[in-house]
Amino acid sequence: MSASTRDDVRPEDLVELLGSAAAGRVTRFPVQDVPLPGGTGNPLVLALITMEDGREAARPTTLGPAGLLELRAALDAVAERVAAGAVQAVGITGKPFVFAAGADLQDVAAITTPAQARAVARLGHDQLRRLGELGVPSFAFVNGPALGGGLEVALHCTHRTVSAGVRQLGLPECALGLVPGWGGTHLLPALVGLDAALQLVVTDPLASRTTTAAQALEIGLVDVVLEPADFLEESLAWAGRVLRGEVVVVRRQVDPGEASWDAAVDAVRARVDARLHGAAPAPYRALELLRRARTDDRDAGFAAEDDVLAELLVSEELRSGVYAFDLTRRRAKRPAGAPDAALARPVTRVGVVGAGLMASQLALLLLRRLQVPVVLTDLDAERVAAGVGRVREGVADLARRGRLSPDAATRLSALVSGSTDPGAAFAGADWVIEAVFEDLAVKRSVLAQVEQVVSPECVLATNTSSLSVAAMAEGLAHPQRVVGFHFFNPVAVLPLVEVARTPATDDATLATAFAVGKALDKSCVLVRDAPAFVVNRLLMRFMGEVHAAFDEGTPAEVADGALAPLGLPMTPFALLRLVGPAVALHVQETLHAAFPDRFAPSPNIARVVEAGLPGFWDPDAPVGAPRLDPRVAALVQVGGSPSTAEQVRERALVALAQEARLILDEGVVADPRDVDLCLLLGVGWPAHLGGLLPYLDRSGVAERATGRRFLPPGAASVR
Amino acid sequence: MKASHDVVFVDGVRTPFGRSGEKGMYAQTRADDLVVRCLRELVRRNPSLPPERIDEVAVAATTQTGDQGLTLGRTAGMLAGLPRAVPGFAVDRMCAGAMTAVTTTASGIAVGAYDVVLAGGVEHMGRHPMGFDSDPNPRFVAERLVDADALVMGRTAENLHDRLPHLTRERADAYAAASQARLAAAYARGDVQPDLVSVATRSVERGWGLATVDEPPRPGTTVADLAALRTPFRPGGRVTAGNAAGLNDGATACLLASADAAAELGLPAAMRMVGYAFAGVDPEVMGLGPVPATEKVLARTGVRFEEIGLFEVNEAFAVQVLAFLDHFGLADDDPRVNAWGGAIATGHPLASSGVRLMTQLARQLAQRPDVRYGLTTMCIGLGMGGAVLWENPAHEGARA
Repeated sequence: MSASTRDDVRPEDLVELLGSAAAGRVTRFPVQDVPLPGGTGNPLVLALITMEDGREAARPTTLGPAGLLELRAALDAVAERVAAGAVQAVGITGKPFVFAAGADLQDVAAITTPAQARAVARLGHDQLRRLGELGVPSFAFVNGPALGGGLEVALHCTHRTVSAGVRQLGLPECALGLVPGWGGTHLLPALVGLDAALQLVVTDPLASRTTTAAQALEIGLVDVVLEPADFLEESLAWAGRVLRGEVVVVRRQVDPGEASWDAAVDAVRARVDARLHGAAPAPYRALELLRRARTDDRDAGFAAEDDVLAELLVSEELRSGVYAFDLTRRRAKRPAGAPDAALARPVTRVGVVGAGLMASQLALLLLRRLQVPVVLTDLDAERVAAGVGRVREGVADLARRGRLSPDAATRLSALVSGSTDPGAAFAGADWVIEAVFEDLAVKRSVLAQVEQVVSPECVLATNTSSLSVAAMAEGLAHPQRVVGFHFFNPVAVLPLVEVARTPATDDATLATAFAVGKALDKSCVLVRDAPAFVVNRLLMRFMGEVHAAFDEGTPAEVADGALAPLGLPMTPFALLRLVGPAVALHVQETLHAAFPDRFAPSPNIARVVEAGLPGFWDPDAPVGAPRLDPRVAALVQVGGSPSTAEQVRERALVALAQEARLILDEGVVADPRDVDLCLLLGVGWPAHLGGLLPYLDRSGVAERATGRRFLPPGAASVR
Repeated sequence: MKASHDVVFVDGVRTPFGRSGEKGMYAQTRADDLVVRCLRELVRRNPSLPPERIDEVAVAATTQTGDQGLTLGRTAGMLAGLPRAVPGFAVDRMCAGAMTAVTTTASGIAVGAYDVVLAGGVEHMGRHPMGFDSDPNPRFVAERLVDADALVMGRTAENLHDRLPHLTRERADAYAAASQARLAAAYARGDVQPDLVSVATRSVERGWGLATVDEPPRPGTTVADLAALRTPFRPGGRVTAGNAAGLNDGATACLLASADAAAELGLPAAMRMVGYAFAGVDPEVMGLGPVPATEKVLARTGVRFEEIGLFEVNEAFAVQVLAFLDHFGLADDDPRVNAWGGAIATGHPLASSGVRLMTQLARQLAQRPDVRYGLTTMCIGLGMGGAVLWENPAHEGARA
């Protein structure tokens, strides 16, 4: 890229480039002069800029190239008035309940060259920085969520007020594959200190955390918190007091020591690296920008941010991130293939078969979200009492943590009951879910029993992770009301439910399942009734290859660490511990029965299960130096054909690609996007991989393993 | 309960009043938000009052639907952040809504039921045109209970010109021009601004703004300007947009307390309520209402008309003020009456106006220790008048 072509892209070109993509959401910046009350003599005048896109509060205001040109025009006019002495201050605020949410991700897809990317970066810098360089004090009145570029608007101002009710202040860029590069990485450390800046820029977004108004005041991100009822009026009054010197804003002193500065950056870098292993460039670039902020002047800092944005805006990781964001924010809300929601039957009474650990968790979730009577049944009274007790304890715990009011807790505790007599317990139930032992015969007899006592319309759902739902429904009088409803552990946390339809399942049952899933605040993905559905089938295939490599003689740390460069949330061995070796082995066996050529239970996992051990690694090993649990080391038997990490990785990824292709070809899900949605929501596979398939496409694994891509070029990639 | 407590007016505020309609400054601002701003300002500028000591919040509106519905006194109190334990209710007596909120809660103080109250009113006539969506009983017409004119306030003002033909359009226009000039002078002296509370104004098109002064006044209006205006209520009539209050948006609120509670809490008494009265007249000439209301309050309190040194008469129509002056033998330009201008200049957001009169009277009394009694009075749709008589604590003869 030569210097001359860098400047070829003008802001107007960007507007044209985005064209219709940005239509209807271009932010305007109307300005009104307001007199600042108080004081004597002529009132001070503040030019108040509103960021306004004319849409309802649920659609946050965004800052695209067309909007930034509007801001340029507004600031041109304001600057003239400042020069003429007509205004003594400038303020900027948002439409009701929203400050601004920064760049619109929909715009990102249109940017395909580094020159365009650099032009976007510069346009943001060139306009936002003017807010702090007008020659008069500038005030951000943060009346609602301020995220990404929206928060950077506030950072460029000389002063900030925030409404007490605001909970979403943050710089989520790193989680998406970007950096807060419209001044954020340069301005933040000087304002809040390096530690808080590291947290806001890197740590918080990677943990999906945002900052509240009160926290923002504590770290110095804002100067004052004002109540929402008359936030703007009182913000203006406060601005007047600042201008008249009645209020003196004290900012923290930032320690500029090089050694401690670099050490703090390095410490966070080490934590990021432990998780990502370099898989996603954004947090690393952000850390280096924060490192420079100590010595860079404003021009140098902003130029460095331009360089990073020029790289990241056209990176594959960002495209995957935007694709993943779109899946989880849009596609997850409108499940593909779900029948008309109007067909759903009301659920006013719920039964849970089983009172074990999993059943209690399901009962608590159903109780909390549906707020209807929930009955647990089990074989003996002791188990039932224990299950009901666990649910009530869960309710009490929510109340203790302030998540439920005392009245709501009382209500929910009264709604849960238990019985050893399904006949009485399930009378009148509209939804019965079984969570008993994963054994086809057991489940089949449970469903047959339940059918005796419930209405023909009552939905019978199973939380099976791998068994055939259709086989479970065999012999029932009304198999059309049986549906798979597979949660992910921990059920209160992971947002995915695989809704499995059998050939017999009718639309009303399916619609009810989707309605229940939505009421539970879960994202449902429709899958065909096939062994282990999507998530577990892919996970078991991938874990199977890693364990096979171990069994063949690959050292544990090599096999388990082979996938580290992908930045997955958990290694295969860690995942095995979470799922439980026994459950994993059981699912492997089921899959082996269905697909004997690709799935084979690992003899060493079987040994670990037999010994009743929780996993392979020694949990007491020091961080960074994993070692096998000595009991595991004593009982495993490994071969003499070790693989390298690269070989294990290639083998696992090829297996994943093959299995995903088969899942699609068999119609378990119809659309590759649903494979990624399942992995994003069910096991938290990272956005920088787009879940999985965008990574398999861009790394060439998909072509190598299956002869074709999963997604068309451009869908989740730059090209 | 101890019977009969003295009631004092401690403090009053209002929003700047706006012109109703799409171009008005409050076109996209909610009515309840206007009230909330007033309530919060009263609490803020009387820091010695613990909010939990407020015993009632009474808020008036003529049209109690939409953003003026849902028991305004309660919802506005909650939105203003008052403690949940503070109750509230809504009041309607058309233009005298806020005045009635004051007299009703004052009665509660007098009887010992309350120590401290907030009372006020709001009308967003842009969102709630007078009488909109009302359903008058057909008997009014069938039995000729009232003339069809009675529901159109401008026509009742024309009727008043018919009833008192010596109150000509020229006198009405001259009165109106003087009202504009008096308000402009009061603004220039800085008498009005201390009781205005700024309001952030929402506009999708223009962005946020800040209302700090009234929008309706037309300073510099001359009699010649007014003479050129048409008479919308009747061909060849006398009532114009210039000699009547306009259609306006705004809110008011005041803080009342028993004299004992005010002393206990360190709240300064700006006025002591001497008494009040409401009275009815023919709805077709509702503008006459202040006359019998005033006579009634004087009769009940024993105060003589001559003892009143300052009058705040709501200016729904110039002719209605002239009828009051005519009845009591005062000159059209009597300096004791609406000395700082009236609703013809400031605007008249129906149910809010009563407290504006009181706030403005309290400010004047503070400047005039020579005046012992002041009167606030207003005409009310459907043929009523209201009058509240106040005593100036700064006057040497005032009751201790």
